[in-house]
Amino acid sequence: MSDLAVDRSIDRSKMTVSDEVAIEISNMNKWYGAFHVLRDINLTVNQGERIVIAGPSGSGKSTLIRCINRLEEHQAGRIIVDGTELTSDLKNIDKIRSEVGMCFQHFNLFPHLTILENCTLAPIWVRKTPRKEAIETAMHFLEKVKIPDQANKYPGQLSGGQQQRVAIARSLCMKPRIMLFDEPTSALDPEMIKEVLDTMIELAEEGMTMLCVTHEMGFARQVANRVIFMDQGQIVEQNEPEEFFNNPKSERTKLFLSQILGH
Amino acid sequence: MSDVSFVRTEMLPQQSPPASSVGFVGWMRENLFSGVANSILTVVSGVFIIYTLWFIIGWAWSPTWNAQSLNECRAILHDLGREGHWAGACWGVINDRWEQLLFGFYPNGTEAGVADMRWRPILAFVLLGFALAPVLYAEKVPAKMIYLTMAYPFIMPWLLWGGSIWGPIMVAAGFVIGYIGYRVLSQLAGSLIALILSVVLAVAWWLFAAGGIAGMLADLTPALGLEPVESRKFGGFMLSITIGVVAIGLSLPIGIVLALGRQSDLLIVKSLCVGFIEFIRGVPLITLLFVASTLLNIFMPPGTDFDIIMRVFIMVTLFASAYMAEVIRGGLAALPKGQYEGADSLGLNYWQAQRLIIMPQALKISIPGIVSTFIGVFKDTTLVSVIGLFDPLNLTNAIRADSDWNGIVWELYGFIALLFFVFCYGMSRYSMYLERKLRTDHH
Repeated sequence: MSDLAVDRSIDRSKMTVSDEVAIEISNMNKWYGAFHVLRDINLTVNQGERIVIAGPSGSGKSTLIRCINRLEEHQAGRIIVDGTELTSDLKNIDKIRSEVGMCFQHFNLFPHLTILENCTLAPIWVRKTPRKEAIETAMHFLEKVKIPDQANKYPGQLSGGQQQRVAIARSLCMKPRIMLFDEPTSALDPEMIKEVLDTMIELAEEGMTMLCVTHEMGFARQVANRVIFMDQGQIVEQNEPEEFFNNPKSERTKLFLSQILGH
Repeated sequence: MSDVSFVRTEMLPQQSPPASSVGFVGWMRENLFSGVANSILTVVSGVFIIYTLWFIIGWAWSPTWNAQSLNECRAILHDLGREGHWAGACWGVINDRWEQLLFGFYPNGTEAGVADMRWRPILAFVLLGFALAPVLYAEKVPAKMIYLTMAYPFIMPWLLWGGSIWGPIMVAAGFVIGYIGYRVLSQLAGSLIALILSVVLAVAWWLFAAGGIAGMLADLTPALGLEPVESRKFGGFMLSITIGVVAIGLSLPIGIVLALGRQSDLLIVKSLCVGFIEFIRGVPLITLLFVASTLLNIFMPPGTDFDIIMRVFIMVTLFASAYMAEVIRGGLAALPKGQYEGADSLGLNYWQAQRLIIMPQALKISIPGIVSTFIGVFKDTTLVSVIGLFDPLNLTNAIRADSDWNGIVWELYGFIALLFFVFCYGMSRYSMYLERKLRTDHH
């Protein structure tokens, strides 16, 4: 696995972590039936943080970030996003979801709508943005992810990398304060991984708060300000990337890193 | 070492395929004569098809169009030297009775003092085409035509059954009242409460106000009305189309609601939907029709005259809705979970997600099943003959009861089959056109 995500220097001028808390998770537990999938998770994310969550498959890392916009429901503990606590109150859930963008492993674009319609749908229906303004915003973000010329095509006509960039643009059109990435490059060909990572790096350079579940350790090294390692539903180790990769403390982390970076 | 080394210095240009694999010869080789066994099968099937067609065309090619009775047909064929059971078709019966097969006993001017009113079902049928256009070919017709589509459910019964124009207008007014009520109430209360209250409001209007007001207005303006036609005059293909259109038009929305209800997390809603679907699907349509024609009267207050065709509408619609719900549920199940999550993650609420993301895709996946159900319902309308309504099949018995045409079978059934085939094949072709149009994976 390549160590470097991009071959250019990263502009860190806006990558600042503020004191404002974006997400606060305390003593959170979740079960799938009898299986204890997330165990006593405590995590505070400040505005502007770029966190990479790594870990073996089945360690609960995807489930953790899916709890933050309540695609999964937690059964114990508290999750507070942008000052709003996630409860079963549907109004709060919809409010938080419109503030928190998410990109999925399989993009989850809407295949029956064009790229432009994918991007304008939520602003028009959720934010009640006028259509013209929504289209302008969508074109702005499509230009940002470098595919404005595909706006009138359907998702099925685009490559995987292009689709994932559209998915990022679609989330950005809602002007989210936090972005969640659930293995955004795992379903892509190696040639396409780079274009998606480039887009994510640009996003980080603008100061977006990001939580990424990913196996791209080059990205973690270059962009993240914190790396979290999870195993068996628990946070095993977290540290700054430099320390995390060069000087892991737990045996489990060492084993994982040796396997993922070993070849 | 250099054995495995290879570098291409020049890229190969495209070449055309060999002549034997393209064009007519290529097609024949590929599809008809691709091996010894297949070639034999092709020849045998060809002989069988030609023999059958020869027989059918020989029978159907029969100059009996103007014959007045079966005996006259036989005489004509005898004069031509054609004898026996398969001597030739007797088309005189179609010439004599085609109007009855299309319109049943709808007033046609032969009865003294009653005008020819067949223009009404014809107009209703033509308007149906215009009303369907905005639904079937949304981007090819002016958007304003949707108003005709919305008015059609009130125009059609008025044209067919006649009576004062105020009746359908008052029924339509109930929907307007319900809609306005919802708009006003949803400002004041939650949307669910507003929905329930506005439905109550509309139902109260229909039950207590609409009839009286319509009667009053009808007395004031007696000219604004059509001669009423009773339900028992309805018959023939017109009856099949009427029942079919109503059942098809209503079963799709009801089926969507049932399918969503069946997927609901709310236990009571879910149980009601599952119970309804399983009960209706577990009972033959004929049983439901018998219930409609006989048992329903027992449960009604004495003296209520609940129109027989209206009862059939309800039963056939319920029957079709249960099947429709299951077809749509199949479409919902085929959607990847990611689509729900994509919609959720953008903050769309349940109804927005269903309307904008889930249903358009689920319905598209279900098109073949939905159209099969439509075709099935349309053909099942012939079952109303068992409760004494004169659909085309029941009319054949009436026609054979005439001593002129006693013994005619194939010609009548063939004619009816042709009519049904035209409609069903049309629906089938439309569904294929729609599937092609909605394909977005590649162009």
